Amino acid sequence: MTLAAGANDPILPRPYRVHRVQKETSDTFTLELRPEAGQASFPFAAGQFNMLYVLGVGEVPISISGDPGLPQSLVHTTRSVGAVTKGMGRLQRGDAIGVRGPFGTPWPIEAAAGNDVVFVAGGIGLAPLRPALYQVMARREAYGRVVLLYGARTPEDILFRRQLKEWRADFDLEVHVTVDRATRDWRGNVGVVTHLIPRVPFDPYHTVAMVCGPEVMMRYTVMELERRGVQLEDVHVSLERNMKCGVGFCGHCQMGPKFVCKDGPVFPFEKVRDLLNVREV
Amino acid sequence: MSHAPHGPRALDAEGLAALVDALVAAGYRVLGPAVKGGAIVYDEVASGKELPRGFTEDQDAGRYRLGRRDDEAFFGFAVGPTSWKRFLHPPDLLRFRASREGHGFAVEPADGAPTSLALLGVRPCDLAAIARQDRVLLGGPYADPAYAARRTEAFVVAVQCTEPGGTCFCASMGTGPRAESGFDLALTEGPASAFVVEVGSSRGAELLGRVPNRPAAADEVAAARAATDAARGKMGRTLETAGLKEALQAAAESPRWEAVAGRCLSCANCTLACPTCFCTTVEDTTDVTGGRAERWRRWDSCFSLDFSYIHGGSVRRTPSSRYRQWLTHKLASWHDQFGEPGCVGCGRCITWCPAGIDLTEEARAVARGPVPAKAARKE
Repeated sequence: MTLAAGANDPILPRPYRVHRVQKETSDTFTLELRPEAGQASFPFAAGQFNMLYVLGVGEVPISISGDPGLPQSLVHTTRSVGAVTKGMGRLQRGDAIGVRGPFGTPWPIEAAAGNDVVFVAGGIGLAPLRPALYQVMARREAYGRVVLLYGARTPEDILFRRQLKEWRADFDLEVHVTVDRATRDWRGNVGVVTHLIPRVPFDPYHTVAMVCGPEVMMRYTVMELERRGVQLEDVHVSLERNMKCGVGFCGHCQMGPKFVCKDGPVFPFEKVRDLLNVREV
Repeated sequence: MSHAPHGPRALDAEGLAALVDALVAAGYRVLGPAVKGGAIVYDEVASGKELPRGFTEDQDAGRYRLGRRDDEAFFGFAVGPTSWKRFLHPPDLLRFRASREGHGFAVEPADGAPTSLALLGVRPCDLAAIARQDRVLLGGPYADPAYAARRTEAFVVAVQCTEPGGTCFCASMGTGPRAESGFDLALTEGPASAFVVEVGSSRGAELLGRVPNRPAAADEVAAARAATDAARGKMGRTLETAGLKEALQAAAESPRWEAVAGRCLSCANCTLACPTCFCTTVEDTTDVTGGRAERWRRWDSCFSLDFSYIHGGSVRRTPSSRYRQWLTHKLASWHDQFGEPGCVGCGRCITWCPAGIDLTEEARAVARGPVPAKAARKE
């Protein structure tokens, strides 16, 4: 487990500064954070999250969306949906923000080496997958085919558009995007992301899949992957639950016997398969 | 050797009062039984003279009545609405203060070093409950600093059970009526408030040495043991635990969850009364300028709708899913998480449920599965 500096009190946020604010889409943005002068940054693994604290407003768990190879800048991409994320959206360069973390389990980047890698993302679910993409792109030669299947609501909601184009051009990343609702100039796929799975080339018997999106999307994605012949132990999903502490004390993130904060958020699908089939678990 | 320092000792009523006073003198904040609001609760005890005597209670599902005994016993009752988590894992706790400084802010921890606690009258079920919370809050990759600060130094005076209450089932859960470890001192109250004292630690022996006591006679020790053995057969409730975890985990779709949800008020009383329920939420507040903020941690309950809220709505929207979460966590998934059940058989959730929902009855019904229609008609 990666323990951050100051982990002796895992409940106290450490002060960071907003270094850059990047508007991504109409309701999403990326914050690049740097430690306060004189403070050390901490290493993190792809798939881990931080608890981000906006002074007096509150604290929320947000996946790290930046490059694990560049831990000195801590990057988070989020949607403005609640009081805290809206408060985060109002922050500007130089403003302070509290950080606790990194918490949770990582994507199986090393274990995937030598295999094809299929990333399946739904909406903002691309953000927690991006650190894994960075790492796979950084060692592109260690992997076989690398495919990203990405479903967004509309063409305007496509995240990291420029970067995906670059990776596609420079690193042999096969990207397939589909949208729920097309706009006039959209010439790509329309429909759910699971429809892309039968059509893309990868060797199902030597594939590691990493999936992040709404639970219903992940359930159907795994069904399609299984239909293609991907072994379930090679499928990993990242789950979301309410979290107040991030370290297993507050109880909010429980899903049956799992604490999503410390047993997850990244799980081998087999470990949560039965739970995902229970309503309101 | 004239007397083994760790052999059973005996105290009388004055000795018990002196023990309380010795704890106070040693700088402990002593917490013990007190009669408040028509119930026996745990509260601060300033001196040995304050301990209530001659009280008992009548407990059943959704029912608690304080009563008088015909003797002057100190511990002639089972457990009340308070549990020790109120002090070890407080319901409201200021975690930190933060204040704006220029463009940044500074965070200042608020908990400090709380006064050492002495817990007087901890029943075996509650000792087990404290051990359950120890594993949750201290046993993981991180330790909760607030819990550690209170728990690590706490002095524990246990009281063995000889008169279980109407909702007790510690014998089923294997947590009582007799504790063998986990205490500094353990008392068994005999006739005329003569206590047999077991010593569980060197600091327990040291403290006992400061108050008038004598070696316990062999027949006193035998009588104390017989009284706790007999208590095993006087439990107001029972719960068959063999196979229960598996049965509950296989019963996610049991119709019984709907049935119990029809009676459950989602009021959270059970989770507040439960000595092992550990869930908390946080509340962030600011002053009017927004420049000074506080973060409070407060007890929370899986029975509230907000508990499972993620953007787009709550995961557990129906009361049946929330009751299922609570019961299966307590009796089944806690095993997977911590290697033991989260229930210690104290009976508080049964007594303090305003609808009189009985955990033992619900667990039995869910585990048994739906009663076939024919059998149901015969009844």
